[in-house]
Order: sequence, then structure tokens, then C-alpha cells
Amino acid sequence: MVNYVIKRVLLAILTIFVIATLVFVLSRAIPGGPFDRERPLPPTVIENLNRKYGLDQPLFNQYLLFMRNVAVLDFGISYHLLGDETVNELIARTFPVSCLVGVWAFALAVLCGIPFGIISALMENRPPDVFFKIMTTLFISIPSFVVAALLQYTLAVRLGWLPVAMWGSWKQVVMPVIALSAGPLATITRFTRASMREVLDSDYIRTARAKGASSFTVTYVHALRNALLPIVTVAGPMFISIIGGSLVIERIFALPGLGWRLVQAITGRDYSVIMGLTIFYAILLIAILLVVDLLYAFIDPRIKISQGSRSSEGGD
Amino acid sequence: MATLLTVEDLKVTFSTKFGQVNAVNNISFTMNEGEILAVVGESGSGKSVTALSILQLLAKNGRIRNGVVSFGDHNLVTMPEGEMRKVRGAEISMIFQDPMSCLNPVFTVEYQMEEVLRFHKKEMSREQRHSRMIEMLELVQISNPEQRLKQYPHELSGGMRQRVMIAISLLCQPKLLIADEPTTALDVTIQAQIVNLIKELSRQLHTSVMLITHNLGMVAGMADRVQVMYGGEIVETAPIDVIFYGSRHPYTSGLLKALPKPNMGDEPLHPIPGSTPDLLLDHIGCMFYERCDYAMECCRDLTPPKYRISSDHMAKCWRCHPDFSETAEEKEVREAR
Amino acid sequence: MEEQQNLSFRRVPQEERKTDTILRPPSTYLKDSLYNLSKNPLGMIGTTVIIFMILFAIFGPIVLPYSYDQQNLRNNFQPPSAEHWMGTDNLGRDMTVRIAYGARISLQVGFTASLLSLTIGIFYGAISGFIGGNTDLVMMRFVEIISSVPQILYIILLSQVMPKGEITNIIYVIGLTGWMQTARVVRGDVFSLKTREYVLAARVSGVSNFGIISKHLIPNAIGPIIVSLTMSVPGAIFNEAALRFIGAVGTTIPSWGDLARDGMGAIRSSPHLTIYPSLFISVTILAFTLLSDALQQAFDPKKR
Repeated sequence: MVNYVIKRVLLAILTIFVIATLVFVLSRAIPGGPFDRERPLPPTVIENLNRKYGLDQPLFNQYLLFMRNVAVLDFGISYHLLGDETVNELIARTFPVSCLVGVWAFALAVLCGIPFGIISALMENRPPDVFFKIMTTLFISIPSFVVAALLQYTLAVRLGWLPVAMWGSWKQVVMPVIALSAGPLATITRFTRASMREVLDSDYIRTARAKGASSFTVTYVHALRNALLPIVTVAGPMFISIIGGSLVIERIFALPGLGWRLVQAITGRDYSVIMGLTIFYAILLIAILLVVDLLYAFIDPRIKISQGSRSSEGGD
Repeated sequence: MATLLTVEDLKVTFSTKFGQVNAVNNISFTMNEGEILAVVGESGSGKSVTALSILQLLAKNGRIRNGVVSFGDHNLVTMPEGEMRKVRGAEISMIFQDPMSCLNPVFTVEYQMEEVLRFHKKEMSREQRHSRMIEMLELVQISNPEQRLKQYPHELSGGMRQRVMIAISLLCQPKLLIADEPTTALDVTIQAQIVNLIKELSRQLHTSVMLITHNLGMVAGMADRVQVMYGGEIVETAPIDVIFYGSRHPYTSGLLKALPKPNMGDEPLHPIPGSTPDLLLDHIGCMFYERCDYAMECCRDLTPPKYRISSDHMAKCWRCHPDFSETAEEKEVREAR
Repeated sequence: MEEQQNLSFRRVPQEERKTDTILRPPSTYLKDSLYNLSKNPLGMIGTTVIIFMILFAIFGPIVLPYSYDQQNLRNNFQPPSAEHWMGTDNLGRDMTVRIAYGARISLQVGFTASLLSLTIGIFYGAISGFIGGNTDLVMMRFVEIISSVPQILYIILLSQVMPKGEITNIIYVIGLTGWMQTARVVRGDVFSLKTREYVLAARVSGVSNFGIISKHLIPNAIGPIIVSLTMSVPGAIFNEAALRFIGAVGTTIPSWGDLARDGMGAIRSSPHLTIYPSLFISVTILAFTLLSDALQQAFDPKKR
């Protein structure tokens, strides 16, 4: 067990460094620099700024400096902000917004998706299942920004129930969360349904019934426990897509979150912000994926036991 | 011996996308207290379906069209699910073919064993359940029972898992144990052990056993009576000696001939030609007609009735008709066995 | 028991009894799968919609009387009417034609980009799966690592690196960042197929490596590959649309994403400007999803 944990943690750290390098390369490959303006600044000014921020140094030196900073989680300063806000402070300011929306979206997807999937599996091909099949197919197909736009139009513009955009009260959280959770909700529902169906067809369920178990016990004790396991593995990619989705959603609802700042930084060539935010996201994601991995190892006795102490394998 | 279970005119069908499959076609038989009945046949003969029907454990697309299964004072076919649950695991138990997949991988052995007791013997206390489980594990010859209880199924070998399954099935001392191909998925050396174990326990606990298998050889030295099934029908029933030395149905003799013998030398093997019948179609005539060495015209056109050869020997074959007489050589061959 | 009178005990020799009649004619995997597909109404709907979209994209601009940049400022913000089926935009341009052109872009990008990512994915996965061992380990770890980042982030970053305005660049960008899933699937398939008994049987009979790959591995992997393709097309269309929508990229001829974005500004007064492009995007993706679902079921070998 310990070996497994160590391996995963090391892999996570390696991943972070690979991503960091990738981001560095990409951000430097973008043509133009952080000080390009519509009306170009005088070259001497640019030179000075470059020197100030160490951008005139050879690329490799910049890289080493960058990596060192990453290791200590110092994301540097934004090139565009005139104030003295560091990227770290920027993160501290904007991340809570994204985090809130993201967490709620995830919670909604899971807390609704799993029950929906179970109902769908139990009522195979009956009206509830058909309904969920239609619903999930729609949610998977309709892009999140279309859902967002639709919500905005109906709930805010026509009905006036909710404010159109911006941040402030809980009302402004509702639509972003719904739009962001639609796709993941559909995926979890489908996945749960498939997993339950597969488990319900297995031999040990038949054994349980042959022992005299009630349908309730069979479904919720024997089947569910097994069906939920694979769902944990989907949780990781789910987070990835939620974070990816937030980039678009924040734009539509004008939320002061991390995602939208990142897109602005990319289009504006603000190197340090690009790298800082991307690395931050990467670390966050990788940490979550690591937790999910370890969680899975813990709850599946087949991995827990076989990865750990070699307990006495039964002879006969 | 007293009668334990009676099956009358049981007919079971499955609806598939190709049509309706007649899995079991109006069969009738009885099981007596304390006996071991072997139900033998190829895949698709209907033997497993019969067993599952007794406990109403058929898959969703299976329907019991017709028939009565009398157990005690009740008809198991029409018994409501709530009552059925009390029968399963307590009065009639069933174990299945593949022990690898029959135990839930996320629960300990202890949990899965205790379940049966918790369902059916609610009056037992924790300690009582625990000691009963240990007792049972020792009875099925599992060493270190205390340790085994805490383990997960994947930590045990195939033979051990099957023993655990047997233990679970006998915990409530059922009157009947149905064993559906319990050894098919196990190593040959283990097979004999398990079979002997079942036999021993059956005697000890006075539990009748319905042993379903496709291996006629395994049945010798174990069963009291044998029931041979083919194409959804029972073609012959007889005590074990009679089956081996005096069978009257060509399929039974075909099965016996097909068993390889230790001193065969260069003698070729004698498989039964052809393959199992398509159960989708409604069949006229004898199910075994196309593969039978002794097939006759009447076999093709008319379904043979069940002939009572003696008080405990039945065969469903036109050759048992009083007007039928074998040629001299056939009789010689038959009696030489 | 009245039939007793006519019992004939004449022996019927083997040749007279028909044994082993073939009840259903043999069929290939491909035929069976296509047959299964045709029986699936949703799959057929999906296919029909896709064909319609393709035809619309090809013939729409030819048949319709307007050109995509034909402005008519007195006629702007018109709701749908007989002359302009989908209304006009802020500069009086006919929306129907613009959506038809948008279809060309979106579909082109969708198909080509996913073809690109599919090809990369198949090669990568097949090589990794077939070689196995440490190479496979490293290759798959690498995929795992770079999959930790949301695809759209890569797309945004890469799109800044490429010069704007060229449709091929968008195709590259989406294609180069979407191959990971396919690679994983193909590798998994190749890996498991490699150890199947029939491959072993083929080897034992002396079939060469190439023979094994072409006759056994690929035909059995075709099913999942086709399913993968139909699943990645909607992804590509979505990514393209999302990319345009947040304004990170643009071409001279607008795609559906551009149109949807442009329409957002006037959403209160002229919702049709956003609704139609969004509708087309959604319906197309939906059609592909239905098709891929149906294909998945059709190619299921257990259903033959």
C-alpha cells in the first residue's frame, strides 16, 4: 500500500514539472511579447522593462529561474498590472470564485447523477429510463456555452428571475453552476447506469438472491457498493472538464474568476500570469487526481489487499 | 423414502430477439428426502433452467409458462416473492458453477456468510452466528477458519471459494441443496474433493442434493438416482446402477460410450455425432432423432411417450414400445455392457 | 395414444436424417454490424441529420440567392421571414447563407481535426499496445501526464502560437490536442487482443506479425475505432465553437461559433441571431452522439 502511494505521489510531482516545462515552452513560443501594444512603446522602454523582468536573459536561464520559482510556488508578478499585485495575490483573489462555482457544479453533478443513474438502471427501458436517456443525450450534446446562453436568455432576460451576469449574490451563482454541471451530470448518470446494469447481471448478485436477500438488499447493499467503484475513476476526468468548462462559463457570465483571467492573459501575452495560473491549475488538478487515485485504492479491497502486505493466498 | 419435491409439467420459455426458446418442455419428476439425484445433460438441455425455476431465479426474459412445483404444502411456482425469499437459502439452497465470480468481491467472507443467518435465523445472537460459521467452515474442511472469515474472496483459491459457497448454502440446514455444475470450473484434482464433500455433508446433515452436471463419469459413486435430460426434456430416469448397466435410451448409452476408458489403447473415441437441437422451433418427433444411431421413422414423426420400464426406471423412447423388438445383434451388444 | 396404429419401426439411416442444417446463412462482422445499425431508429435519425448537414453545407451557399458578406444596412436585425429564413444580422446579411457557410467551416474542422487526432491516436496506441513492456509503460504514462490539463487550455495556448485566420491552423490545433483518448482506447484494445487465444492460435499456425496485425487485430479493433471517430467529431466541433465563442480565434468566413458569439450582443432584441447557430451546433453534435451510441451497440460482438 505504501509503495503504491509513494509511486503515485512521485508521478504527480513529475507531472507537474513536465506540465510546467510545456507551459513555459508554449508561452515563449507565442509570437510577440508582454509589452506589445497597439501603439508600440519606444524600444528603449521595452528594453528596460525586459531587463527588469529578466526577459533579456537567455531562454535557458529564464527556464531555470522559472522552475525554481515553481518549486517554491512563487508565481511572480503580472506584467500588465500596474499595481503591485503579485500573481499569487491574483490567484488568491480570483480562485475562490472559480472554486465555488466548480465545487457546486461537481456536487450537483454527483448528487443528482448517481441517483439518476440508479433509477435509470433499475427501471431499464421504462419511462424514467427513457426520460433520463433523452436528458443525458441532450446534455452531452448541447455545448455548455449554448446551455449558458439559453439559461441567460430564458431565466434572466425573459423571466427576470435571475440577474444576467456578474458576481455578488447567491443568485448569480445559480446559472453558472447549472450550465457547468450539465455535461458532467449527464456523464455520471450514464456511467452509473451502465455500471449498475453490469453489476446487476453478475453472478454474485444471483448468489445473493439465492440466499434469500430482498431486492432492496441486493440493489443497495450488494450491487451499489460494486457499481460505485468505477465511478470514482470518472471523478478525475470530470474535474478536468469542469475546470476546462469554467474558462468558457466565466466569460459568458462575466465572473471574476481564475479561468477568464487566464484566457485574457493568453490573448494579452502576459507571460507570468499565463504560467502562474496554468501551473496553479495543473497543480490543483494533479492533486485532485492523486487523491482520487488513492481513494480508489482504499475502497477497492482487491487493490488494498494485493498492493499491501502479501497476505496468505489460500491454498487448498 | 418420503417425497420432498415434486415437479409436474414444468414448461419454461425465454423470449429472445430471435423468437421464443422452449428451454424446458413439460417435464415432471420427483425428489426424495435424503437422496442425491444427478441431473445429467449437455449444455442447452434445460437442466440449469429447471433448477432456477424451482427457486424463481430465472432471468427477466424467462417465464414459467406452466407447471407445479410442490414443496411441502406449497406450490413454488405461484409463491409470492416475499414467501419465496424465506425459502431461498433456508429450505432450498443453490450453489453455482463459477466460484470465482459467485462471491461479492467487496465484502469479507464473514459478511457474506453471516448474511444468510441474519436473513433466516434472526433469533441467533452474534456469538451464536460466529460459532456456527466456524463450525461450518470446519465441516467443509477449510483450515484456519478464524483467519478465513476476515479475508476477501479474491484471497482464496477456487476450491476454497466453492467450499465457502457450500458452507453458506448449508448454514441454515436446508432440506434440499441444488448444485449447478459445482466443479466444472475447478481443477480436476479438486473436483473429486468437492464432490465427495457434498456427498458426505448430504449424509451428515440429511440434506437432499440435486447435482447438475454434464459429466456422467463424475456421477458414479456419488448419486443415488440419475435423470438424463436432452433438448428440454427428461429422456431417462433410473437408479444409478441401472443407468450404467441397463439404460434404455440411446442418448444415455451414447453418453456412456463417449466416456473415455482407461484401457482403451488404440480404440477410437465414440462421440455422439451432430450438435444440440435448436430450441427455437416447435419440435415434432423425438428430440434426439437426428443424432440417434437407432433412429426409426416413428421417431421422426411422433413424440415418444414416457415408458415405465420398472417402478423406478423411465425412458422416453420408441424402442421401449411393447411392439418393438431389437435385432439379435443389438440385444447382444446391449447385454454385453 | 391413437397414433399407435401407424408406428413404423423402419430404421432411418444417417444420410436420410438431416443433421447440422444451417439455419441462418453465415454473415461477416461488418454486415452484421451494419444490419444492427440500420435497425436502430435513433442511429438512423442521427445519420440522416448528418447527411442533411453535409448537403446543406455543400449546396446551401450555391442554392441560396445571397452571399455571406452581402450587406444591406436598411434590412438589419430582421426576424425570420420568407425572404430570409433565418433573419438577418446587424449588417443586414442573410443568416441562412451565413449558417450554411458556417456549416462548411464547422463540419470541415470537425471531420478533419478528428481524423487527425484519430490517426495520431491509433498509431500511438497501436504501437504502444503492440510493443508492450516498458515502452508501453512510458508511452502511457506520458499520455496520462499530458491528459492532466483540460484540452481547451491547450487549444487556447496553441491557437495563440499559430497565426490567426487560417482554418488549417485550427484543425491542427484541435487535432493535435485531442488524440489522447483514442490512443488509450486503441492501446487497451490492441493490448487485450494481443493476448487473445485466437491470436495465439494464429501465431502457432505460423502467421507473420504483419498478418496478425492486419487479419486479426485491426478487424477486431475497427468497431471501437469507428465509435471513437464518431465520438471525437462532436468534440472537435464543440472545441472549435467554444474557441470562437470566447474570441480566441477568428477566420474571415465565420463558423457557427462566431455566429453564436456575435449574436450574443443582441440577445434581447434579436435572439434568433444566437439561437440558430446554437441550434445547428447542438443538433449536429446530437446527431453524432446518437450515431456513435448506435454504432457502439451495433458493433457489440455479443449481439451477432
